[in-house]
Amino acid sequence: VSEEVWSARDCSPDTIEAALRRLLHMRYEQHEGYVPARVLNMVAIVDREWKGEIQNRLEGVGRYHASRTILVAVEPRRTTLDAWASLHSDVDLLEPGQLALTHEDIEVDVGPTHVPNLATIVDPLLVRDLITIVWSPHGHPEAVDAVLGLTDVVLVDSVEDLDVAGALGRVAELAATAYVVDLAWLRSTPWRERIAATFDPPDLRPALGQLSSVTVRHRSDSTAAALMLVGWLASRLNWKPHALTRRNGTREGKLRARRGEVDVRLEADDDLSVPGLVGVTIETAHGYEISLDRGPGGLTAHRRTRDGSEQHWTVLGASRGERGILGEGVRQALLRDPTYRPALEAAREMLS
Amino acid sequence: MATVEENPLTEGLERLPVHPTTLVIFGATGDLAKRKLLPALYNLAHEGSLPERFNLIGVSRSGKSDEVFRSEMRDAIEQFSRTPPNAEVLDALLENVRYCAGSFDDPQVYGAVTDCIDAFDEGAGMVFNRVFYLSTAPEFFPVIVEALGEAKLNRHKDAEVRVVIEKPFGYDLDSARKLNRRVLRVFRERQVYRIDHYLGKETVQNMLAFRFANSMFEPVWNRNYIDNVQITAAEDLGIGTRAGYYDHAGALRDLVQNHMLQLLALLCMEPPTAFNADQVRNEKVKVMQAVRPPTPEEVAQIAVRAQYEPGAVAGEPVKGYLEEDGVPPDSFTETYAALRLTVNNWRWAGVPIYLRTGKRLPRKLTEIAVTLKPVPHLAFREGGSLGVQPNELILTVQPDEGVSLTLGAKIPGARMRIRPVNMEFRYGTAFLSQSPEADERLILDAMRGEALLFTRDDEVDALWSIIDPILAAWKAAGGPIPQYAAGSQGPQEAEALLEPGHHWRTL
Repeated sequence: VSEEVWSARDCSPDTIEAALRRLLHMRYEQHEGYVPARVLNMVAIVDREWKGEIQNRLEGVGRYHASRTILVAVEPRRTTLDAWASLHSDVDLLEPGQLALTHEDIEVDVGPTHVPNLATIVDPLLVRDLITIVWSPHGHPEAVDAVLGLTDVVLVDSVEDLDVAGALGRVAELAATAYVVDLAWLRSTPWRERIAATFDPPDLRPALGQLSSVTVRHRSDSTAAALMLVGWLASRLNWKPHALTRRNGTREGKLRARRGEVDVRLEADDDLSVPGLVGVTIETAHGYEISLDRGPGGLTAHRRTRDGSEQHWTVLGASRGERGILGEGVRQALLRDPTYRPALEAAREMLS
Repeated sequence: MATVEENPLTEGLERLPVHPTTLVIFGATGDLAKRKLLPALYNLAHEGSLPERFNLIGVSRSGKSDEVFRSEMRDAIEQFSRTPPNAEVLDALLENVRYCAGSFDDPQVYGAVTDCIDAFDEGAGMVFNRVFYLSTAPEFFPVIVEALGEAKLNRHKDAEVRVVIEKPFGYDLDSARKLNRRVLRVFRERQVYRIDHYLGKETVQNMLAFRFANSMFEPVWNRNYIDNVQITAAEDLGIGTRAGYYDHAGALRDLVQNHMLQLLALLCMEPPTAFNADQVRNEKVKVMQAVRPPTPEEVAQIAVRAQYEPGAVAGEPVKGYLEEDGVPPDSFTETYAALRLTVNNWRWAGVPIYLRTGKRLPRKLTEIAVTLKPVPHLAFREGGSLGVQPNELILTVQPDEGVSLTLGAKIPGARMRIRPVNMEFRYGTAFLSQSPEADERLILDAMRGEALLFTRDDEVDALWSIIDPILAAWKAAGGPIPQYAAGSQGPQEAEALLEPGHHWRTL
């Protein structure tokens, strides 16, 4: 690893920006093959106390590291800005003609008085004309609101808030201003892909109009993910969502489809060590049933057909793990998924 | 006829569904399978991109059990996969792997393959699509295709059946046409997927995005503004252990006939009306058909061949081609080929398009350089302005994929002195994702029935039609052929291809 570092106490955003330019210049003088990555800016707003944990999570995203990461650490009672900046590449360049991507990390310690005007601190530090993503894993909604005008994408994890309705409401509010990447939604991607694949063969597509029941098993803190999976089905298949009732750790209800009602059931299952979904079972009115559950080497599929015959197989795929999910969240900032907001709206209606 | 309803659940998904498939690899114990195909399958499995249900049948001559083949497959994946294998995913992938041994012309082999396929179908209670991947020596392509037909494995009323054919597709125009005829007697064209691995590379596909998603290039993309085009595919390596293949093929067949002419077609084609396999390939074929094949008398003016002699690469002395292991001492096979072609249509008439490829050149590099015409009037004709150069747009395919543009800029100081500067874009700096291996993309496309990145029969014909007269003239001329020192820029004779004022870009 090759690295240039700068730090200062009681400094201003201008000082930090000038230092970054100097570091970039020094680096280029060392070797012209140090090429600055220019994909996206990430602004991470964190509690000062838990800064290290977030840094570790960000390091874990590997090649999905933002080009320039600005870690804003909010510390109670602080009144001055302290900053630290580093330029780093995975390799040391020694020979002419070599190339190495350089990433830029900035940490700024701020106090509560800085938060309302956080945009004036962050703005000079952003690389212009790149997509900017903001992530605030410890809450700080007022800080997120303060930088929302600079932001193209907000990264959230709607399973982190135990108040599911509040979490989804906040996400909807953010989605009105910026594009939202929700890690809870990304955890459901393999499930959505597999459900879509199950009903993709032409002879099975008509069954999508005959679904009669959907059961989603999820870790108890991941109700939002389960709701959004059902919300996705509802929005894609034109079901009319209704509020689900809550009883003994489950939520259940009926959604109105064109040809009848669909029974929906969300079941909490705490055997899972990470947030997310545990399994899903879908049935049609004609006795076809497909279940997908986490298993070794991918998802374990179980199919029962109308005549009662049963099949088991493995749908191959490695789990991305929580680090992989965060990296995927960063990558998704560059893409646009038109199905998320309709799914979110349907999920919210099931909570109303 | 009833239309199949759209699947509303695929909207917004990055990975589109691939229908349950049984893939049969002929030549499953060969080098290509071990190094590329089997690791590619693992990577697709790891990412969750394989079909929801997937089976693999390996076919090869050497007798071995399913278990031994699985064990060899595991070793190959562990050695060559770009993703470190996850033991559970690998175990699950290997569960549905079978092996059939026998000679490719032995009908019993196809009986065994049929039994395996049927057993997978019966076990699953469904009919899997079938993809037959021919990763064998080219002489077996027609043998296998015809045997598949005789075994009635070429069609199925309830499943899609496709055949993937590795390169080289033919040895010359005549053999390519014969092979096409034999293949198309058994399979319909829409079932045939002829592989050119170059087309699976992200940067090659990106040429389409570069040209057709950016309005700034279209106004200058024609004979009025472009002075010349240079396409280079240089390698610093020699032929290694491939003497048996290479001495038979030569540089023109190995790289120009397929990869380099594909680059030319993508560079010169008109915008397709839709981004689908037929429309894109229609436009490519039109470009190739607009390249007039040379007459025997013209070959010497538009084509140069040469062979490397001893020299030095990276500071180390290296052998000449004739001293390489397995090369006949009297071989006239070219290790370097350079051409000057023109595309005879309204857009490109009169623009020379130079192609060169060679082994043992100073570096590994594949690029397309588009040189624009100079400005019509230069106001800065004072001393020190000699650095003004025509703009050059360089599309680098490998090793560092990117685009660079040379622009004239003022040298800081009191005088108006100009020199070229580079504006560079590197893919690695602008995307977070890792490009998938070309093989992964192509295998998946074949299973999905997406033919855009595969070569159609008329494309094959058009490609060989350009190259065939050159091959014939060189064969008739025999040898000796020009030489160039290993590690040099290539033979002096290549300079003669250039029009006045043009020069080969330094490697």
